[in-house]
Amino acid sequence: MVPLNYYLFLSAVLFAIGAAGVVIRRNLIVVLMSIELMLNAVNLTFVAFARALGSMEAQVIVFFVMTVAAAEAVVGLAIILSIFRHRQTLDPQEMLQLRW
Amino acid sequence: MILFFILACLSVAFSLAVVFQRNPVHSAMALVATLFLVAVLFLTLDAPMVGFLQILVYAGAIMILFLFVIMLLNPGVLERRRVFWWGLGSMGALLLVFELAALFSDVSPEDGRVSAVAEGFGSPEMLGRTLFRDFVLPFEIASVLLLVAIVGAVVLAKREE
Repeated sequence: MVPLNYYLFLSAVLFAIGAAGVVIRRNLIVVLMSIELMLNAVNLTFVAFARALGSMEAQVIVFFVMTVAAAEAVVGLAIILSIFRHRQTLDPQEMLQLRW
Repeated sequence: MILFFILACLSVAFSLAVVFQRNPVHSAMALVATLFLVAVLFLTLDAPMVGFLQILVYAGAIMILFLFVIMLLNPGVLERRRVFWWGLGSMGALLLVFELAALFSDVSPEDGRVSAVAEGFGSPEMLGRTLFRDFVLPFEIASVLLLVAIVGAVVLAKREE
C-alpha cells in the first residue's frame, strides 16, 4: 500500500501549482480554475487521511467542499460575466475602481 | 505503488499545463484531465463514492460551466507573459511546496492508522449514513448556500435594463 506521506506530498505539489496559477495568470477565468485546482488538492488530503484513519467523516467534508466549490464557481463566473460586460476585459490588473 | 506514481506524475503534468497554457480552453481541458486523475486516486484510496461525485460534479458540471463562460467571453487576445509575476509565482510555489513537505514529514506512517478498512468503506451507503446522522445541520446549511448561489448568479448575470 502507498504510504500516506506520498499522497500528502502530491496534494502539496498540486496546491502549490494552483497557488502559483492564481499569482501568475492574468485571466480571471484561469485564476478561478487554479482555485478549483487548490480545492481539489485539499480534497485529496482529506480522502488520504480518511483512508489512513479509517473514518468516514473526512469523506463527508469532501462532499461539502465540492458543494462550496460549485457555489463559488457559479457566483465567480457570474461576476466575471458582468465585469466583462462593463469593461470588455478579463485582466484583473485593469480593474482598479476599488483601489485607493 | 506503480499506479500511484503514474497517476501522480500525470496529474502534476496536467496541472502544470493548466497554469502554463496561454489558451484558456486548453487550460480547461488540462483541468478536466487533472480532475479525472485525482478521481482515480480517490478510487485507489477506497473512496469510490467521492471519486464518482468528483467526475460527475467537477469534471462534468463545473467544467462545462467554465467552458461555456470561456466560449461566451472570448477576448481574442492571448495574455502577455509578465516575467516579474512568473518569477514571483514560481518562487512562492516552490517555497509553499517545501513548507508543506516539511509539515507533512512530521506525519509518521504509523500513528493511529488502520491497515484495512471496514466492509463497504466509502460506499454511497456509508457516506449517506455519516452524512445524515452526524452532519444533518451542515447538510441543510449547504442546501441554503446552493440556493443563495443560484439566486446570486441569476441576479449578477442578468442584463441590466
